[in-house]
Amino acid sequence: METGYLDMDLLRFTTAGSVDDGKSTLIGRLLYDCKSIFEDQLEAVEASSKKRGDAIVNLALLTDGLRAEREQGITIDVAYRYFATPKRKFIISDTPGHIQYTRNMVTGASTASLAIILVDARKGVIEQTCRHSFIASLLQIQHVILAVNKMDLVDYKEEVFDQIVRDYENFSSRLDIPHVDFIPISALNGDNVVEPSANMPWYKGGTLLYTLENVFIGNEFNHVDARFPVQWVIRPQSKEHHDFRGFAGRVAGGVFKKGDEVTIQPSGFRSKIKAIHAFEGELDEAFAPMSVTMTLEDEIDISRGDMIVKQNNPPTVSQDLDAMICWFSESSQLQLGRKYTIRHTTREAKCIIKETKYKVNVNTLHKVEDNLEVGLNDIARISMRTSSPLLHDPYKRNRQTGSFIIVDDATNATVAAGMIV
Amino acid sequence: MHKNYRLTHLKSLEAEAIFIMREVAAQFEKPVMLFSGGKDSIVMVRLAQKAFHPARLPFPLMHIDTEHNFPETIEFRDRLVQEVGAELIVRSVQDSIDKGRVNEEKGPNASRNALQIVTLLDALEEFQFSAAIGGARRDEEKARAKERFFSHRNEFGQWDPKNQRPELWNLFNGKMHIGENFRIFPLSNWTEMDVWQYIKLENLSLPSIYFSHEREVVARQGIYLAHSPYLTLSEDEVVERQIVRCRTVGDMTCTGVVASPAENVDDIIAEVAAARVTERGGRADDKRSETAMEDRKKDGYF
Repeated sequence: METGYLDMDLLRFTTAGSVDDGKSTLIGRLLYDCKSIFEDQLEAVEASSKKRGDAIVNLALLTDGLRAEREQGITIDVAYRYFATPKRKFIISDTPGHIQYTRNMVTGASTASLAIILVDARKGVIEQTCRHSFIASLLQIQHVILAVNKMDLVDYKEEVFDQIVRDYENFSSRLDIPHVDFIPISALNGDNVVEPSANMPWYKGGTLLYTLENVFIGNEFNHVDARFPVQWVIRPQSKEHHDFRGFAGRVAGGVFKKGDEVTIQPSGFRSKIKAIHAFEGELDEAFAPMSVTMTLEDEIDISRGDMIVKQNNPPTVSQDLDAMICWFSESSQLQLGRKYTIRHTTREAKCIIKETKYKVNVNTLHKVEDNLEVGLNDIARISMRTSSPLLHDPYKRNRQTGSFIIVDDATNATVAAGMIV
Repeated sequence: MHKNYRLTHLKSLEAEAIFIMREVAAQFEKPVMLFSGGKDSIVMVRLAQKAFHPARLPFPLMHIDTEHNFPETIEFRDRLVQEVGAELIVRSVQDSIDKGRVNEEKGPNASRNALQIVTLLDALEEFQFSAAIGGARRDEEKARAKERFFSHRNEFGQWDPKNQRPELWNLFNGKMHIGENFRIFPLSNWTEMDVWQYIKLENLSLPSIYFSHEREVVARQGIYLAHSPYLTLSEDEVVERQIVRCRTVGDMTCTGVVASPAENVDDIIAEVAAARVTERGGRADDKRSETAMEDRKKDGYF
């Protein structure tokens, strides 16, 4: 009996490319070669390709799920795909490349630990490559794979690849991306996707799949600063658990152990962890991203939105903060001075954006200071004030306690996503 | 750091699903969990137990019963509900038909699958449920791949795929206007394989129809359907006996069974690993058109 899967880990990655870079073909190829595409799906795609009059089976149709997308041949939203090898399970957040969809890439990147950015070998590093890389850097994705696609169309020439690598290195030195891998591929023919390419003997690195399977992902969570946002209070009110009062939540950083001295924010009360509970029994320790329930030695009033932290390492507790935001709403622009709802960890408050300091031109990375209107797909640096203190860390330090969303109270729509500076 | 703090893929998925369930309890006034007796809903019940342990589930379970179910599933459902100590609500499609809310489909491919939409929407309104937790997964079907964990439905219960709320990090926005509601999918990121591996890991018991057994079946459009009083045979169709099992458990009229010798969860995991057809490949309801699932979801289906 094969039990290797009990020790597999999980890698979430996002893919970005501009229109016609062959992104859907690449994903189709990965799924197909990893046997994650089934005969009935392939038959359905063959039938659709035929109906549309495509000359070859269009693997892009595997990922374009909605009627409008199939009819117009575009991808309108973030789609999630799954495949696994004996080593890892992968979750792909597949985001479309059109200019108007910056918000989708931000969304897809928010849960990813790695980004595959595609470039067309014939076009090299273009404006959209810059945009995708900037977003990856802004969202603190630790690892980028620059997949130079369509190598078959440049006769698999090493010089073409090397030039693109140089151009990208030049540009990306201005960004904050710790690891970049460069892989020459042909998604259409399968070169260096799953199997090494016989057409590019000069390339000595791993295939795309090999890289995905082996990339180090241990730094995806902060295991230093202990943060436990309380999500729900468990009170069984039954005979056998009469006095049980457990604080349920998902560890957002650091490691908690039974007996640890903790502080409850924002009240500042102190106590000790009595036990860490799971359904299976008590645990010795809990770390991100585990969902557990804690009980404390002392009876303290704690509710959703409070945070349990270690005594010597508190988060910032404040009502005034600076952040980078991406605006998501098509129908309304950011209004300074207006009240919005903010969601940060398990806490909800009202907020007012006081000032837009600058916007970022995502294609050139230049600061824009003359036009400060913030609308759909704009990325801006703002300062805000909240109705109650947020218990936060810089986004660079912790993605969970450094991120928030802004909700418009009139429409209930999520109008922006933010990263605390 | 001297220690490798990492979770296996199953534990990561579990932690995420538990987080979603607690978020539902915290954000919604009156949630309900839909329960069919199928493997995904059995996994969901276990995850809910884990989320709220040692307390009971803070929401009832609800079964939208087509009354064309495999009897084994219903027996199993009642036993599990009792074990867990949960409250079970049952609303039946037959009642909706009797009240004239829907018309029974006619012809050999008639199924009550689509009729469930009306019964479900009526039940949500009857109890004023603001959120219904379901076991749908994104890997099941291409329209589902674009679904959110927190899926907003308008006052008609409809899904608008072009106007979905973006979901970032683990921040979920469950705000809504009166009359609207949410469908919540904690298993969004699970695949069929993950579900089976989790069943193995947790040693969960399942209705017997998931395992190999001998049954009367009818071959139709390349799939075997279980023979039952609810299935209308056309003239050239014959009933045969085969060793089969169910890959999914839905309405008997549209759930295909597959020839399989798999007797236990290990056998099934091996079978799923080697499978070349998706689990919904045997679902006649999805085969009605290329966008059958998308169209049903827009009407209020799961």
